[in-house]
Amino acid sequence: MLRKYRSCLDLTEENIQEALREVRVALLEADVNFKVVKGFVERVREKAVGQDVLRSLTPGQQVVKIVHDELAELLGGSGHRLQMAPHPPTVIMLIGLQGSGKTTSAAKLGRHFQRQGQHPLLVAADVQRPAAVEQLQTLGAQLQIPVVGTATQKPVEICREALDTAANRGLSPVILDTAGRLHIDEPMLEELRALKNEVRPHHVLLVVDAMTGQDAVTMAERFNAAVGIDAVVMTKLDGDARGGAALSVRQITGRPIAFVGVGEKVDALEPFHPERMASRILGMGDVVSLVEKAQAQVDEAKAEALAKKIREESFSLQDFAEQLRQLRSMGPIGEILEMIPFFKGAKGLPTELRGQETELNRYEAIIGSMTPAERVDPQIINGSRRNRIARGSGTTVQDVNRLLKQFAQVKKMMRGLRQLEGRAGKLSGFPFKIRQLGR
Amino acid sequence: MKVLAALADRVRLSLERSRNALGGGLSAILRLARPLDESLFEELEELLVSADLGSLTAREFVERLREDVRRGRLTAPEDVRSELKRFLEEVLATAVSPLALDQRPAVILMLGVNGSGKTTTCGKLAAALKGAGKSVALAAADTFRAAAIDQLLAWGERVGVEVIHQAPGSDPSAVVFDAVKAVTARGVDVLIVDTAGRLHTKSNLLEELAKVKRVVGRQLPGAPHESLMVLDATTGQNGLAQARTFHEGVGLTGLVLTKLDGTAKGGIVVPIHRELGLPIKLVGTGEREDDLQPFDPKVFVSALLPE
Repeated sequence: MLRKYRSCLDLTEENIQEALREVRVALLEADVNFKVVKGFVERVREKAVGQDVLRSLTPGQQVVKIVHDELAELLGGSGHRLQMAPHPPTVIMLIGLQGSGKTTSAAKLGRHFQRQGQHPLLVAADVQRPAAVEQLQTLGAQLQIPVVGTATQKPVEICREALDTAANRGLSPVILDTAGRLHIDEPMLEELRALKNEVRPHHVLLVVDAMTGQDAVTMAERFNAAVGIDAVVMTKLDGDARGGAALSVRQITGRPIAFVGVGEKVDALEPFHPERMASRILGMGDVVSLVEKAQAQVDEAKAEALAKKIREESFSLQDFAEQLRQLRSMGPIGEILEMIPFFKGAKGLPTELRGQETELNRYEAIIGSMTPAERVDPQIINGSRRNRIARGSGTTVQDVNRLLKQFAQVKKMMRGLRQLEGRAGKLSGFPFKIRQLGR
Repeated sequence: MKVLAALADRVRLSLERSRNALGGGLSAILRLARPLDESLFEELEELLVSADLGSLTAREFVERLREDVRRGRLTAPEDVRSELKRFLEEVLATAVSPLALDQRPAVILMLGVNGSGKTTTCGKLAAALKGAGKSVALAAADTFRAAAIDQLLAWGERVGVEVIHQAPGSDPSAVVFDAVKAVTARGVDVLIVDTAGRLHTKSNLLEELAKVKRVVGRQLPGAPHESLMVLDATTGQNGLAQARTFHEGVGLTGLVLTKLDGTAKGGIVVPIHRELGLPIKLVGTGEREDDLQPFDPKVFVSALLPE
């Protein structure tokens, strides 16, 4: 949407009106609460009117920019981090509606802290839903994170014991999974309050399904009033919901969004990025998100070493293989492409893209069949070496040639980048191609 | 920062005010002799939007009312309300449809996104059918989510219905194949199949579901007799995308609207029904065994447009 405002010549009262009407519809269709939308559109109007159109922007872009920035700002400025308590264990309590994804999020949070080198404890305090305890136990076992709680105990008892266990075994943070409940179910809210008073959590996180509609406001407000929340976890953002509930919840509670759930796997939990969410709600695709996802997969140290190599022009085939591996660790190529607006919704994948997946496999095999010396200096790969490599990797000499040619091109591209670096700042990882696709 | 906080407070206050103004729903909007003007239509539109009908559908409906007023068919604000109600009921009248249970065994496939309430609906439906004198079996074809089978087993135990299952991680099609075979041999009336929750954007998982359906169809011509998408009433506009994709990829015979016991109205079923013509076969209103009812447009519309 909004594309048509990119070529306007002048920012008149009239085309602001039209643009804002479109913004309003876009936000409503993204499930932002209509009252929030009202206030938001009003503020954008105030900001837009009387503002000079920057020389480098079209008037339409200016409106889009104001909308986007305002959205990002409302969503929380820079990201929010959960502070660990000075005296462990840090206690984190998850609450929310049935089916919002509390149990899965508890396991994902456990994984998140485990990866940071901490020793979390998962607490199954949902004795309401049949087999909820078993679900958390199964997930905990997969992750090798201890889980306490049984379905026959009272939640308060479970949590009290959990705190003892954490203290004795030096585990922190303690992550409490509670039973899903409606925000109008007084007895259940009372149980939550009792639990909160008992365990005095450092962070109460409200788990919110990204597909939630207008009611997100009522739900968040009531939970906040009845129990009090400190931050929000948005789940199921791997679907195609625009996630306007994020803005509603943020606006109505004033609480930050700390994490987003982006898949069914236990490590599919990411810190919240207001900028990306703003783009998503506006319907501008998740290109930024994609690029950053690619960057996150590249270990910081490796990235630095790589940049150094590029600077010194010592980027080898070994490094190339490593890059391919990282590219693939982002997930199947299809999934990566799904994140780019252009491909989104495209049925299946064109065959040439499927071909690329096998091409990557082939490249890895070929590089694997080279000697260390060949990987560092491909110049020495003569005819007989090519034959050997082809045989070793189960490919043909033509395949080997193609790889060497592509590698030479990559090196050439990197030389170009090195010159760019002076102007644009630090090199930023691998996915140049993806970046181009997104633009 | 202070400025920002103050701004946030101001917005919150203004929200509160507009909420209070809207608090009474329709009657507040149509309070006393207010004129039939633009602000009335705007508020009606907002009322529909707040029930998740979507801004486009809401606008369309309100446009209809506006047209009626223009032509002199509507003159009093109170009539606008009853007209909107009548219109919504008319739209949803075609959404009433009983479950297809004539065949024996009748196979009901329950599908939907994660957390929509499939397993709970399976349990409640089993209880209801059993209460109606049918013999019922459940099939645990959600072999993916941790402890999903245990959850269905717990339901089976609670309502006294057999649960046909295999080990976690086994092929859902195989589970369903065995279940259909077993219930056919035993002369069971209804088989309810609980499938794994999946976001409609995961095409491979959708394909798995289509396969389950094909397997059942080959084994038992005409089956599954119902393929119901379970939809959480708190779902916003994404519900339409869900229904479209599941209907296209698997083929649906209807919807189950769950969690209507909260404050969400489930208005998204209106655009879904209008676009895809799918009936709403059941509504869920809680976690107890008997919290499952057939869809009633009158009740639904009164909840959508409170007095």
